Amino acid sequence: MTKSASDVSVSPPRRRSKYTVAPLVLIAGNVVLFALFFVWPAVIGLVYSFTNYTGIGAFQFVGLDNYSNLFGDSIFFDALTRTLLYTVLFVPLNFALSLLIANVLVSKHAKGVSVARVFFFIPWLLSPIVVGVLWRWLFGENFGLVNHVIEKLGGSAVPWQSNADLSLIVVVVAASWAWTGFSMLLFIAAIKNVPTSYYEAAALDGAGPWRQFVSITLPSIAPTSFIVILLNTIHGMKEYPLFASLNNGGPGTSNNLLVQYIYQTGFKSGQIGYASAASFVLMLILMVVAIIQMMVNRRVENR
Amino acid sequence: MTTTDTPRKVDADSVPAPSKRRYPSGRSGGLRRAVPATTLLWVLAAVYGFPVLWFVLSSFKPAGDLFSSLSLFPDDPTLSGYKAAWGSANFSQYFINTTIVCVIATILTVGVSCCTGYALAKYDNKWLKAFFLCILATTMLPGEVMLAPQFLVVRDLGLYNSLAGIIVPALLTATGCFMFRQFFLTVPDELIEAARIDGARELSIFLRIMVPISRPIMLTLAILSFQWRWNDYIFPLLMLNDPDKFTVQIGIQSLVGAQNINWSVVLGGSVITMVPLIVVFLVFQRYVMNADINAGLKD
Repeated sequence: MTKSASDVSVSPPRRRSKYTVAPLVLIAGNVVLFALFFVWPAVIGLVYSFTNYTGIGAFQFVGLDNYSNLFGDSIFFDALTRTLLYTVLFVPLNFALSLLIANVLVSKHAKGVSVARVFFFIPWLLSPIVVGVLWRWLFGENFGLVNHVIEKLGGSAVPWQSNADLSLIVVVVAASWAWTGFSMLLFIAAIKNVPTSYYEAAALDGAGPWRQFVSITLPSIAPTSFIVILLNTIHGMKEYPLFASLNNGGPGTSNNLLVQYIYQTGFKSGQIGYASAASFVLMLILMVVAIIQMMVNRRVENR
Repeated sequence: MTTTDTPRKVDADSVPAPSKRRYPSGRSGGLRRAVPATTLLWVLAAVYGFPVLWFVLSSFKPAGDLFSSLSLFPDDPTLSGYKAAWGSANFSQYFINTTIVCVIATILTVGVSCCTGYALAKYDNKWLKAFFLCILATTMLPGEVMLAPQFLVVRDLGLYNSLAGIIVPALLTATGCFMFRQFFLTVPDELIEAARIDGARELSIFLRIMVPISRPIMLTLAILSFQWRWNDYIFPLLMLNDPDKFTVQIGIQSLVGAQNINWSVVLGGSVITMVPLIVVFLVFQRYVMNADINAGLKD
């Protein structure tokens, strides 16, 4: 008797659950794709990370050797720290730029917003390869416009390409420039959702624009800020094509990031097993980042 | 799309404006505020626009002037870089390959995402819930993390060195599924119920009612998918071996990675690859700008 009563109370899902064939037909395509190109690679990647597989022929299980070798591998360690440094520089710069631009774009005082928006958006359309080429053209050591101008003004040419740190900074600026359009869109949507009455009340109390921004806008868009930081962190950790075209991971190998390291050990040296182990370290880092973000986000939202 | 001043233009206390659309800039207070905001906006826009402008204008300079002339506009505009890129550097072939990949991948991506999004939004059973979590998991594990195993899978499926090898693995996107799911959640269930009462079958409800009304989402996802595939570099690099099958991004990178960079060709080729995306974007601007790209992410 109680059973039928509970059935009545959950009647909408039960009514829907008559339809099992149709939804399964609808998701069939993506289920196959998911199994083939997500589950299968994830499983064999995990398995191969414990082997000495080279892509062809037989392989042996080597236990945790790949992982313990990784921790003694100074090239891997350099790539890892360089990737973290790149991400730590890229995420705040992009965050600040896109938040600033989003605020200017939603300001009711600025004129020509709909045209100006296109200027911020076009860099996002360009491929990372083209962005790299474009900034290489600006910051070329012997031929770039920037050094031309510096020399015209009486300075000496800055080694944008042969100094590893300057080279990294050029990539950070280029990436922040290119990725602004995306973060900006998320911020604009969030800022537009803040109730107007908050700003009116604050203005009545005499709060200036900066105070309104700090006390109203920033707390109101906190969930979006976390999403932007999370997405940009993941984006930064897996950057490769931008480096490939801007400085080819150079000078030398000083700006080789993790994905480039994985690509080179896996495909140039044929150490698929070892590269898979490096991939799983990258995956673990991304998962830790995501979990930390979610925990912080939940705490902020509950406050 | 209207201008972006909609959300906060209340200002009812300041002036009972005869027309709400008119900016109160005639008054000194409005002007005093408009000048710094507008200046800041356009300074930033100039900073953001300049690299592209310099790049595009440089591409019209003759090869001899590239490194000597600092003038913004080419004194003697020429298309020689474009001609060299299109002809000698095999860009025409790369362009055709990339177009094929983009068009096929975009159509298929929109198709599977629409089906999945609809199923996730309008049906309810434990398999769908499980699959929803599976799709969520793909966002945590980007393809770059599984380069080597994905390559092995594509090779074992016999797709290595074919354009299908870069199309098929890219079709499943969490963003696409979530965009459609979010859209179909806003479609009232009564529409489906009414069709069911009229005796329509489930799949024909989907095909004849739901697919047509989701056209805006289709266009948005189509633009995004086109951009993703057009700009993709690392998967074509892994999966393609035959230079006749390369995409434009590999083409540019091989020019830039060479010992002696022929900048005239690089500039021409790069600008050629920028054109389709910018045209698509300018035509369909409102679909991208209004898009809830974060639709699925906040769910």
